[in-house]
Amino acid sequence: MTAPGTDAPTLEVRGLATHFFTKAGVAKAVDGISFSVGKGEIMGLVGESGSGKSVTGFSIIGLVDPPGRVVGGEILFQGQNLANLDGEAMRQLRGNRIAMIFQDPMMTLNPVLRIDTQMVETIHAHDSSVPQQVALARARDALGEVGIPSPDERLRSYPHQFSGGMRQRVAIAIALLNKPDLIIADEPTTALDVTIQGQILYQAQKLCRETGTALIWITHDLAVIAGLADHISVMYGGRIVEQGPIADVLDRPMHPYTQGLLGSVPGHNRRGQKLFQIPGMAPSLLQMPEGCAFRPRCQIADDACLAEPLITEPVAGRHVRCYHPSDGGAGR
Amino acid sequence: MSAFIIRRLLQSVVVVALMSLLVFVGVNVVGDPVHMLVSPEAPQEEIERIIRNLGLDRPVHEQYLFFVKNALNGDLGRSFVFGEPALKLIIQRMPATFELAFAALLMAIVFGIPLGIYAGIYPDRVSSKLIMSGSILGFSLPTFWVGLMMIMVFAVMLGWLPSTGRGETVSLLGLKVSFLTIDGLRHILMPALNLALLKISLVIRLSRAGAREAMHLDYVKFARAKGLRESRVVMVHVMKNIMIPVVTVLGLEFGSLIAFSVVTETVFAWPGMGKLIIDALHNLDRPVIVAYLMIIVLVFVIINLMVDILYSILDPRVRIKDAGR
Amino acid sequence: MSDVVDTAAVPPRVETPLQRFAADFFESRLAAAALVVLLTIIFIAVFAPWISPTNPYDLAKVSIFDARQPPGAENLDGLTFLLGTDGAGRDLLSSIFYGLRISLGVGIASGVIALCLGASVGLTAAYYGGRVDTVIMRLVDIQLSFPAILVALILISALGKGVDKITVALVIVQWAYYARTVRASALVERSKEYVEAATCLALPPRRILFRHLLPNCLPPLIVVGTVQTAHAISLEATLSFLGLGLPATEPSLGLLIANGFEYMLSGSYWISFFPGIALLITIVAINLVGDQLRDVLNPRLQK
Repeated sequence: MTAPGTDAPTLEVRGLATHFFTKAGVAKAVDGISFSVGKGEIMGLVGESGSGKSVTGFSIIGLVDPPGRVVGGEILFQGQNLANLDGEAMRQLRGNRIAMIFQDPMMTLNPVLRIDTQMVETIHAHDSSVPQQVALARARDALGEVGIPSPDERLRSYPHQFSGGMRQRVAIAIALLNKPDLIIADEPTTALDVTIQGQILYQAQKLCRETGTALIWITHDLAVIAGLADHISVMYGGRIVEQGPIADVLDRPMHPYTQGLLGSVPGHNRRGQKLFQIPGMAPSLLQMPEGCAFRPRCQIADDACLAEPLITEPVAGRHVRCYHPSDGGAGR
Repeated sequence: MSAFIIRRLLQSVVVVALMSLLVFVGVNVVGDPVHMLVSPEAPQEEIERIIRNLGLDRPVHEQYLFFVKNALNGDLGRSFVFGEPALKLIIQRMPATFELAFAALLMAIVFGIPLGIYAGIYPDRVSSKLIMSGSILGFSLPTFWVGLMMIMVFAVMLGWLPSTGRGETVSLLGLKVSFLTIDGLRHILMPALNLALLKISLVIRLSRAGAREAMHLDYVKFARAKGLRESRVVMVHVMKNIMIPVVTVLGLEFGSLIAFSVVTETVFAWPGMGKLIIDALHNLDRPVIVAYLMIIVLVFVIINLMVDILYSILDPRVRIKDAGR
Repeated sequence: MSDVVDTAAVPPRVETPLQRFAADFFESRLAAAALVVLLTIIFIAVFAPWISPTNPYDLAKVSIFDARQPPGAENLDGLTFLLGTDGAGRDLLSSIFYGLRISLGVGIASGVIALCLGASVGLTAAYYGGRVDTVIMRLVDIQLSFPAILVALILISALGKGVDKITVALVIVQWAYYARTVRASALVERSKEYVEAATCLALPPRRILFRHLLPNCLPPLIVVGTVQTAHAISLEATLSFLGLGLPATEPSLGLLIANGFEYMLSGSYWISFFPGIALLITIVAINLVGDQLRDVLNPRLQK
C-alpha cells in the first residue's frame, strides 16, 4: 500500500475495531480495518453515511465519544501505537503531529472566541514557550497560506464575520499551524459550494505535496476523491470492502458495492443513460446481515456470501472483500 | 454599540413612564388616593393639604403630571410610622438588601457554575446525580422554611452562627457594609446562602444543560482535535459559551433576588428594604408601599438594561445583528 | 388509503394512547413513587376531618396543658401526639392534615382557574394574532419580568387577607405563564393544515379554538400546570408565613410553620419542622411527577 520509494508509512492501521456500546446492543461502527498512508500521500476513505468512515477518523485521533471505544487493532503512527497511548501523550500529538478538519465549517469554530485566540491556543497547547507575537505571526502566515486575504485584519475577527468557505480555510489554517505529519479531513468540502470546494481541494493537494504531509480524506463523494487521492479505501458496514490505487479502483472496480457507487455518479460518456441506484438501504450497525454485509443489496450474491468473506488480493496492490470479485472492466 | 445603548436607554425610560402610570392609576384612580396616602387619623386640614398637593381638584392628565413632578423631585410621600419621607427610608435600607443580594449572586455563581459543568461533563457519575438531586430539592424547598431550619441547626443547636441582624458594619464609600468584618461575614453567611439556594439550583441546571450540549458540539470536539488541554477546553471553550445564558439569566434574576430578600430578611431579621416593606404592609404604611414599588420598578429596569449591555459584550453576534438592523 | 386500513387491521398490539402514556410514565420508578405519594397526600387532604386523630380546631378538645409536647408524648386522656403539639396544645399531625387540605385546596383551585384564564387568553392571542396578540403578549412580558412574590405582595396589600383573596392573587400571579405556554403551542398548531381545513369549513372561531386548537396544546399545559401548582402552594405558604396570606382561622402549612417560628429558638423544633416536611414532600412529589410528565409528553422525545 505504501507508495514506492518511501520508508515506513506515516500511518499504518491494522485491524482497527471501534464499537459503540449502546442500550440497544453493540454497534460495530468500525470492525477490523487496515490501511496505510505514506508521507505526502493522500488516501480517500469513501463510504455512505454510517459506514464507519468518520468513526475511523476519530479513532485515529483518539476522540471517539462514549459509548464508543476502540476495542481492537493497532494504529501505528510513525511506528508508535496510538491505541496504547495515554491521554496526555495522545493530546500532545493531536493538533500537533496529527490534525483534523471537520465537516461543517459553520460549527467548528467557537463563535465567541476571536480567530487569533483560537489559533494561538493551538500553538500554545503544544509549546507554551512560544511568545505571543511569534504565535500571532505564525497564525497570520497560516491564514495567508490558505488564501485568506488581509490576514492581519482577519485575525481579529470573530467566526460569524466569515463565510462558510472562509471558515473552512481558517479551520485548515489551524490544522496546518503546527505543520502536522498527518491530516484527517472529515468531509471538509461537503458543506461548501462547488467552486470553493475546488479551490480547497487544489490547496490541500498542493500542501501535501509540498510539505510531505499525509492526508486521509474522508468523503462520500467519489467525484471529489477522483482528482485528489492516490489511494482509495471503500468502506461498507464498518469494514473496508475494496482498496487500491485510485485510478485502478475507479477504472476497474472489483467489489459490487464499488461498482454500484461508481454507477450512481453522474459522469461523462453516460449522457442519456439512466443512473444506477444501489437497491435497499445501508444496514443498521446493530443488525448487520449475516455473512457479507452487502449481501442483501448485492445483485450477484449467492449462498457462498452467507459466510463472512475475507479480504483478498486478487491483483497485486488491489484488495477486495468479496467471493465474486469482478476482474475489472465490468464497472463501466 | 453606543446606538444600541441609547436605544435600550430610551426603551427603559418608556417602561418606567409606563409603570409610573400604572402605579398612579393603581393608587389614584382605583383606590381613594386620600385614603391611600393619608393616615386615617390625620386631621382635616392635613387631608385638605394633601388634596391640594396632589391636585385632586384638577383633570386626570394634570394629576398624573403632578404625580410625576413630585416623584421626580423625590417626593413619594411620608411614612405614617416613621414620619420620614418614604423614599429616604427605602434608600437608607437599600445597601443592606443589595449587599445580601450580591452575596447570594456570588454564591450562585461560585457554587452553581462549577457544580453544573461537572454534572454536565460527567452525567453518569454518582456525584453528578447527587448534584442534580440536590438541585431538584433546591427548587422544591420553600425558602423561608430552609431559613428556619438553618437557624435551628446552625444558630440554636450548634451555635456556630448568629441568627439575626447584620452584625458589625463598616463604612465603605459612605455605605454601611457587613462583608468587611468577621462579625458581619458571620451574619451574612446564612441569609445569603438561604437567598442563593434557589439560584444555585437554577445555575446548576443551566450550566449542566449548557455543558451537556456544548460537549457534543463540533467546536468543542475541534478544540480537542487541536490538542488543547481538557482544562482549557472546559474553562474557555465550554465555559465562555455557557456564561452567556447563565449571566443573562442571573442578571435578570438579580431583581428576583431583591424581591425574594423580602422572605429571607424577615426570617433573619436583616434590616433591608424587604423587611421594611413587610413591616409597611403589616402597618398599612401606604406611602412606603408606593415608594417601594416605584423603586423596585426602577431597579428592575436598570437591571434589564445592564443585562442587555453585558450580553452584547459577551456575545459578539448580538452586536453585529444589532448594527445591521 | 389502503395503507391506513392495513395498519389499523393488524395492529402490533392493542394500545390506547392513554395506556401508552401510562406505560411511559411508570417507566421511571421514582416518578411512580412520587405519584403514589402525591395521591396519598391528596387523599389525606380530602378526608382530613375523618382520618385525623383529633380535630385541632375543636376548642372543646384542645387543652392548653398539652402545649408544646414533644413528638410521641401522651396526655392524661391517653391520647398520643405522634408529631407532638403546638403552642396552643393542638395535635400537630392533625393540624398538618387540616393544613394540607387548605394548602392543596388553595394551590389547586388557583392553578385550575389560572389555567382556564391563561389558556383562553393565550388561545385568543394566538388565534387572532396581530394587534390583539401584541397587546396581550406585551402585558404577559411585563408581568413575567417581575418576580411572582413581588406581584403577590402588591396584590395582597391591595386586596387584603382571606382564602378568596389569596386565590385571586395566586391566579393573577400565574395566568401569564399559562397564556405564554398556550400561545406558543397554539401558534405552532395554527399553522397546521387541519386548522386551515377547519377555517375553510367556516367553523366559528370559538369552535376552532376550543375543539381543535386547545386539545393539541394540552401536553405542555399539563406540564406547566403541575409545576405552577407546586409554585402556587409554595408561594401561598410563603405569604402565609409572612403574615400576608391566610388568616389565622384558616391555618395552611405556611401558617403552621410561622406559628412554630417563635418556639423554635427555645428548642421546640417540631412545631415548624414537621409542617415544613409535609410541605416539602408535597412540592417534591408534584415536581417529580411534573418532570416525568414533561419527559413523557415532550413530542421531541417521542418516537
